[in-house]
Amino acid sequence: MKIIVPVKRVIDYNVKPRVKPDGLGVDLANVKMSMNPFDEIAVEEALRLREKGVATEVIAVSIGPDKAQETLRTALAMGADRAILVVAEDVEPLGVAKILAKIMGEEQPGLVILGKQAIDDDSNQTGQMLAALTGRPQGTFANTVNVSGDAVHVAREVDGGLQTVALKMPAIITTDLRLNEPRYASLPNIMKAKSKPLAQKTPADYGVDVSPRLKTLKVIEPPVRSAGIKVADVDALVAKLKEMGVAA
Amino acid sequence: MKTLVYAEHDNASLKDATLAVVTAASQIGEVHILVAGSGCGAVAEAAAKIAGVTTVHVADDAAYAQQLAENVAPLVASLMASYDAFLAPATSNGKNIAPRVAALLDVMQISDILSVESADTFTRPIYAGNAIATVQSSDAKKVITVRGTAFAKAQESSGSATIAAVASTGDAGTSTFISAEIAKQERPELTSAKIIVSGGRALKDADTFAATILPLADKLGAGVGASRAAVDAGFVPNDYQVGQTGKIVAPEVYVAVGISGAIQHLAGMKDSKVIIAINKDEDAPIFQVADIGLVGDLFTVVPEMVGKL
Repeated sequence: MKIIVPVKRVIDYNVKPRVKPDGLGVDLANVKMSMNPFDEIAVEEALRLREKGVATEVIAVSIGPDKAQETLRTALAMGADRAILVVAEDVEPLGVAKILAKIMGEEQPGLVILGKQAIDDDSNQTGQMLAALTGRPQGTFANTVNVSGDAVHVAREVDGGLQTVALKMPAIITTDLRLNEPRYASLPNIMKAKSKPLAQKTPADYGVDVSPRLKTLKVIEPPVRSAGIKVADVDALVAKLKEMGVAA
Repeated sequence: MKTLVYAEHDNASLKDATLAVVTAASQIGEVHILVAGSGCGAVAEAAAKIAGVTTVHVADDAAYAQQLAENVAPLVASLMASYDAFLAPATSNGKNIAPRVAALLDVMQISDILSVESADTFTRPIYAGNAIATVQSSDAKKVITVRGTAFAKAQESSGSATIAAVASTGDAGTSTFISAEIAKQERPELTSAKIIVSGGRALKDADTFAATILPLADKLGAGVGASRAAVDAGFVPNDYQVGQTGKIVAPEVYVAVGISGAIQHLAGMKDSKVIIAINKDEDAPIFQVADIGLVGDLFTVVPEMVGKL
């Protein structure tokens, strides 16, 4: 069984994004870029399933700029077998899902494991859209994944706790934070990743129109909260609470 | 413009998250509600009472008992033939279903909106709320999820909508509900609590968390939250997590105990009206957003507070 893992190149988790002076986006020039953290979890889960003998091949896919090659090399260094880069800038989740649906048609994977959302646009859509377009079931916000026979059991993180569903494969899974802790790529594996196959494609190769449906009119910084006062002791704090009417 | 709102419920009662979505939808046009569930008549009756709602569609079928997206999305997509916009709460349920609906309609969803600027233009947070984007949709139909804390709740009692049954689109046969472990919370739910007490990694372990945070929450009648660090360390279950990847909350008062204030945590609570921080590190970033700060050891401060409240 093959597993496809889509990965996205995004601004690094630890970098504080700055709105560009033109107010039309976030400044990405000379900013550290990394693999979307939820996608790292997806790669890790796919690798574990291969290590357990459930999967035979892990294919990393990215739809993004040329530089997304680096992100794919990271996935290969973690242990993915090969990679596909579909070169296109700023494709929306719907367009990404359409391209992934075509790749699913070609590769016939048993599972597609995606991050639940990318930490740049925070859309949280691509996995669900891919499942809709292919008519396959979805296990979103996965906390635990267990494959048995032709079904996969996914424990999902939902409001209030966990919900477990059984999905007929092929199935789409999106990862939540606590699914696993992704491994680091070792230096020898980083070297080895350089010679793993990486195919380059375009959306036109798949016959997908990726023209955007949403137009960003402006981007602003959120209102800044300013620091308030510090109180000296518990008595002063309790007095404040009483003043606000939250304590009798 | 006609809008269809997805009701958040558990077959027994309508959840508050629905009320904020109704408010958002009413800024676009006429509001109808869909209640998809099994044995969910009481929910439909409650939905019919929401002010501003004119019609409640009820799809009552075993296939919708757990609101699996595979079964619910085709139902919504079929109803959307007569609507201009579909709005769902940005709850785990709404986030699961809405994009599946959007793709079936070939529409690009607008996630987690904070405001309705016009029928096709909305604001939404990006980069974990570090920026706010204004986006305009060119799609003929809109599919939207709504951040509950960004809209006032619609009145729950003054409406009198008509209730109409809609036919089931059946079970897609690709997914099955196995089990749910939903923690029984006797405290207010985080997303609707007026006061929240949250604990961080400084609480050491699960027992210490419970022994320290819960008495304070009880005194204040507060909901209980936690930072990601506290959740990852196993002090409390995952649904306590407040932050970018957890719950987004905006209570009247948010009390952060032993939480340093990582950017991911701030993204989840910075819209609270009043933030109170208790931390022994006076340079902790939480103090930069707190309205009232107390520098001190939480293990002496919190019990003292409990005694004096």
